[in-house]
Amino acid sequence: MNFKCQELSKVYSPDNRTIPVLENVNFSVTEGEFVCIVGPSGCGKTTLLRLIAGLLEPTSGQICFNAGENRKQPRNVMVFQEHGLFPWMTVLDNVAFGPEMQGTGKHEGRELARSLIIQTGLADFSQCYPHQLSTGMHQRAAIARAFAADPRMLLMDEPFSALDAQTKLLLREELLRIWKDRRKTVVYVTHDIEEAILLGDRVLVMTGRPGTVREDIPIPIPRPRNLTDGDYPRLREIKQHIWKMLEHEVRQSLSRYR
Amino acid sequence: MKTACFFPDRYIAVMIAAVITGLWEGLVHIGILSPLFFPPPTVIAVTLFRWLFNGKLTPHLAATLSRALTGFAVGALSGLAAGLTMGWSERVRTVTDPFIAAAHPVPKIAVFPLIMIIFGIGEMSKIAVAALSAFFPMAINTVTGVRQISPLYFEVARNYGAKPFKMFTRVIIPGSLPMMLTGMRLALNNSLTLTIAAELVSAQKGLGAMIWLSWETLRTEELYASLIITALLGICFNMLVQFAAKRLIPWQKGIS
Ligand SMILES: Nc1ncnc2c1ncn2[C@@H]1O[C@H](COP(=O)(O)OP(=O)(O)O)[C@@H](O)[C@H]1O
Ligand SMILES: [Mg+2]
Repeated sequence: MNFKCQELSKVYSPDNRTIPVLENVNFSVTEGEFVCIVGPSGCGKTTLLRLIAGLLEPTSGQICFNAGENRKQPRNVMVFQEHGLFPWMTVLDNVAFGPEMQGTGKHEGRELARSLIIQTGLADFSQCYPHQLSTGMHQRAAIARAFAADPRMLLMDEPFSALDAQTKLLLREELLRIWKDRRKTVVYVTHDIEEAILLGDRVLVMTGRPGTVREDIPIPIPRPRNLTDGDYPRLREIKQHIWKMLEHEVRQSLSRYR
Repeated sequence: MKTACFFPDRYIAVMIAAVITGLWEGLVHIGILSPLFFPPPTVIAVTLFRWLFNGKLTPHLAATLSRALTGFAVGALSGLAAGLTMGWSERVRTVTDPFIAAAHPVPKIAVFPLIMIIFGIGEMSKIAVAALSAFFPMAINTVTGVRQISPLYFEVARNYGAKPFKMFTRVIIPGSLPMMLTGMRLALNNSLTLTIAAELVSAQKGLGAMIWLSWETLRTEELYASLIITALLGICFNMLVQFAAKRLIPWQKGIS
């Protein structure tokens, strides 16, 4: 599915104050693309995703979807940072939630869920409840649930930011593997520059707040990518470039919190 | 932490109870405690066994149980319905909140005379007061249960395309179940308490009537025996809810 954000702005107005969070955001995403959005904490990344997901209404501007209404696929499915699984459902029921909501038969839905549970390496945990899982397994299950719903687009909000470095690496690889099989449009939000350039076909750099997309950087380098090997000086260059762009912002926000 | 203690804590509690009982028995026999106020435990035990085997207890126990449980069922079910509606709809909540807030703190036994005027002095009034006392904790805990469900789960369900019916069965009900069970436990305790209180005042049968009769006839050992039965009933009720909780909410940490 492709879509286009046009002059998107969002202002929160809790109890008589106004907080402009996004201002004049413009970008487009094409079918099957893996787009990363990187930006400092609080610049409005989650807000942007929630706008795309339709969980929030923009204050002004619009998002045009070109989805070609087919079947009963949901338009998008969101993967949250953590605690997104329903604590009262087993892993299996959680993963089968998408098919259940789409009215797929119970048996068929579970079969589908099972195959994704196996693909994400959770076969032994399908009868566990989320509180019995480690954070890594929890996020694996969240990804399995998202793919099981077979959405036209995946929206991921810092899905791995709560994980340790090792698990993060593993899950990124797994995510890319599943994504390659299914070629979904993915919008992946992160505050980790390295993660963004390792995963994305393109990286949108956000600054703010009010946040806006400052730059749109294509990364035409085949995956799997690796920053530590000597093979990819170009990746390091991009990283430097983004870091410089964000450095000022980050310093500012650091001094704000001090 | 469990240390390799010769007597686990649980046995220590049992031993303390045994020592107190033994002391009680001894003190009565050597004349320090008056058997009029403190009949020896052996006498109480004999009374209990006599009741169990001569069938004197059964009709009283049955009367109390049926009143308390009917009252509980009526009160808790309507409390559940009210609580879910209030949790679901902001408007209903805003309208009903003041009424609940005003009616909840009223000790329900104070309303009993009024209830007797309305429902008569028969079974209905006792069931009604038990139901009334079960309604409020059930309703209030259910509302709280629905309200404390993280908005994230509603968002996730909506994101996956959940229709209102699925939202209800897959998010609202399971999400509020732990609080509902807390409400149920309180409701069950309340209906037992209020049934017995009502029986103290106006009943021929029931544990409350038994307690009252033994006071009027100054049969202290029967008073103690009825109290023990009542206590056991309360414990049974609590265990029932605990059992239900274990079965119904296996996802809760610390329960299973
Ligand atoms: N519902 C809300 N009401 C008011 N302010 C909000 C709300 N949600 C987020 N914000 C504010 O908007 C800013 C951007 O939030 P968010 O989109 O979560 O940023 P990010 O995901 O990039 O960290 C933050 O400063 C946050 O405090
Ligand atoms: Mg965020």
